Amino acid sequence: MTTPTNAIETLVNQEYKWGFVTPIEQEIAPKGLSEDTIRMISSKKAEPEWLLEWRLKAFRHWLTMKEPNWQNVHFPPIDYQNISYYAAPKMQSGPKSLDEVDPELLRTYEKLGIPLEEQKMFAGVAVDAVFDSVSVATTYRKDLERLGIIFCAISEAVHEHPELVRKYLGSVVPYTDNFFATLNSAVFTDGSFCYIPKGVRCPMELSTYFRINAESTGQFERTLIIAEPGSHVSYLEGCTAPMRDENQLHAAVVELIAHDDATIKYSTIQNWYPGDKEGKGGIYNFVTKRGKCLGRNSHISWTQVETGSAITWKYPSCMLVGDNSVGEFYSVALTNNYQQADTGTKMIHIGKNTRSTIVSKGISAGHGQNTYRGMVKILKGAAGARNYTQCDSLLLGDKCGAHTFPYIEVKNPTARMEHEASTSKIGDDQIFYCNQRGMSKEDAVNLIVNGFCKEVFRELPMEFAVEAQKLLSVSLEGSVG
Amino acid sequence: MLKINGLRVKVGDREILKGVDLTVRAGEVHSIMGPNGSGKSTLAQVLAGRETYEVIAGEVLYDGRNLLELSPEDRAREGVFMAFQYPVEIPGVGMAQFLKAAVNALRKHRGIEELDAMEFLAMVREKIKLLGMDEKLLHRSVNEGFSGGEKKRNEIFQMALLEPRLCIMDETDSGLDIDALKIVANGVTSLRGPERAIIVVTHYQRLLNYVIPDYVHVLVDGRIVRSGGKELALTLEEKGYGWAEQESRATARAGK
Repeated sequence: MTTPTNAIETLVNQEYKWGFVTPIEQEIAPKGLSEDTIRMISSKKAEPEWLLEWRLKAFRHWLTMKEPNWQNVHFPPIDYQNISYYAAPKMQSGPKSLDEVDPELLRTYEKLGIPLEEQKMFAGVAVDAVFDSVSVATTYRKDLERLGIIFCAISEAVHEHPELVRKYLGSVVPYTDNFFATLNSAVFTDGSFCYIPKGVRCPMELSTYFRINAESTGQFERTLIIAEPGSHVSYLEGCTAPMRDENQLHAAVVELIAHDDATIKYSTIQNWYPGDKEGKGGIYNFVTKRGKCLGRNSHISWTQVETGSAITWKYPSCMLVGDNSVGEFYSVALTNNYQQADTGTKMIHIGKNTRSTIVSKGISAGHGQNTYRGMVKILKGAAGARNYTQCDSLLLGDKCGAHTFPYIEVKNPTARMEHEASTSKIGDDQIFYCNQRGMSKEDAVNLIVNGFCKEVFRELPMEFAVEAQKLLSVSLEGSVG
Repeated sequence: MLKINGLRVKVGDREILKGVDLTVRAGEVHSIMGPNGSGKSTLAQVLAGRETYEVIAGEVLYDGRNLLELSPEDRAREGVFMAFQYPVEIPGVGMAQFLKAAVNALRKHRGIEELDAMEFLAMVREKIKLLGMDEKLLHRSVNEGFSGGEKKRNEIFQMALLEPRLCIMDETDSGLDIDALKIVANGVTSLRGPERAIIVVTHYQRLLNYVIPDYVHVLVDGRIVRSGGKELALTLEEKGYGWAEQESRATARAGK
């Protein structure tokens, strides 16, 4: 018989199921970062002059910046000259119809459980598939176009809707924002663009599936979602990467803009390769995500389930500018083996009667280190602002850690703030209780972990809530002997 | 159904059970009584498969099979149920979800089709009525915020739902007021049947006023020192455990 502590220690033997490499001919830029690299990326995408200028401004600014070091994660210095900034499967041009997509790529997405043939898709989900630096396919575009909804690769939007891209790109996350966002502004390659016209309720989930394939490359995608007055959209992103011994950098930027009475719901299921059991390899997921509730009664909701990456470092945030606007952040972050996560949110209350809700669930297993870092800022003009924060940590085993850093800044006396926090462990007695009712140790851990995450899972679109539960159980598989 | 031979168990360096023999047949209700620290709960926990206890000698046969070789979950799937003395709270996990997982784990093991959510609810609602419990229970988290009495009733409810063959009740009566005690006792009595054996571990005689045992065993310092019919419980109540201890010493001396 194993001792109970051993039982929990063993919680970590699951193989990463998405770790394969697609054997496809790719065009990969030589390693290194200079103005020439940026000109090369820009010319590959035949970009207009203004965008190249914007990139170069960002790059020049980046050269003056230092990598931040306040975060509670540890990694060796990144050599930015030892990364390739562009990798693309060889094909004629941008994504057109599915018939033109390399069958090898279609097989890749099939293997990942994301079949791109529309008839095989989850009913009611449109997908933009981004493979390394380029978007390879976008489904349901015609159906969406009939409603005036634009859903395409951002590289296409630059050509087809330059006025929109130019107006909004960098309007939420300026190119000077932070080290990684600035780097992204200089070298971003692809990502999704969504535009929901006035009064339109998007009839299906929009989603982007990001896949890193090439070796020694970074992925720098950029997503821009604009919701015009009275519109509504639910967007989901998923991500995976091959298993490699090296660490790969993923530095994305996501910008959301919600006008009067508009709602954007943004869900993430992040499953980048987390590294092996000894902590070798895995993705560095350093991402800037921010939404601007620009209009009155606008609403932005972030839901994230973070199970992958060697290091996750991100704070999906809301700037609550419009009066009565609402920001929400629901998060499950799991760290197993040697994974590290420093994640949370920022809620900046600017308009009157703005409201925000933060629910963060951190799960640590193995040697995982999990940090919640959140900021709630109530500015002077934000009369009647309200915030509710709940942040819970669950520990499995005795070698992992959970940390909480809440920052609160209130400049208006009418604001109301609530903060609740808890830390708990899965007890041997809880597992034994489930065992005594016939459940295996793994089922018991899954049941308890899913119960812990319930408040977040119910914010996910139905199909994905099921996916998230499965993913969580896979990420924890083997953690109980 | 259950045969325990020369069972010796220790926790750390301390020997708690020092050679226990017990035979329980289908249809019987056995009561194991004893003072605090005599090893009653240890016996219950060892039968359920708690890993903190180390078996150093003896055997436990369940339907002729070596029970000690089975994992706790396999014992449960084979029909061994323990009502916990201190049922643990599992925040966030709804009772309905928990019970469904338990019922389906057992069904799967027995090769019966698992129940879907609707079928499960229909079944559970029926059982809950039988025990006169509030359906709201299903929407609460497992044991979270339950009163002492609610926790114990919840154990009996699970016992009724899972229909075990061997029920072990670990001091289910402790901490209950007389009304809760009656409800628990009625629940247990309704579960008596020719195919099922029940072991009631208790410190006090009072539960046995309602659940009449076929056999009573007195456990003192890790050994069963006396066995008898239901009247033994009354003698114990009258004379106290000291009497049983003295008796056992006398017997031990005589045996030498």
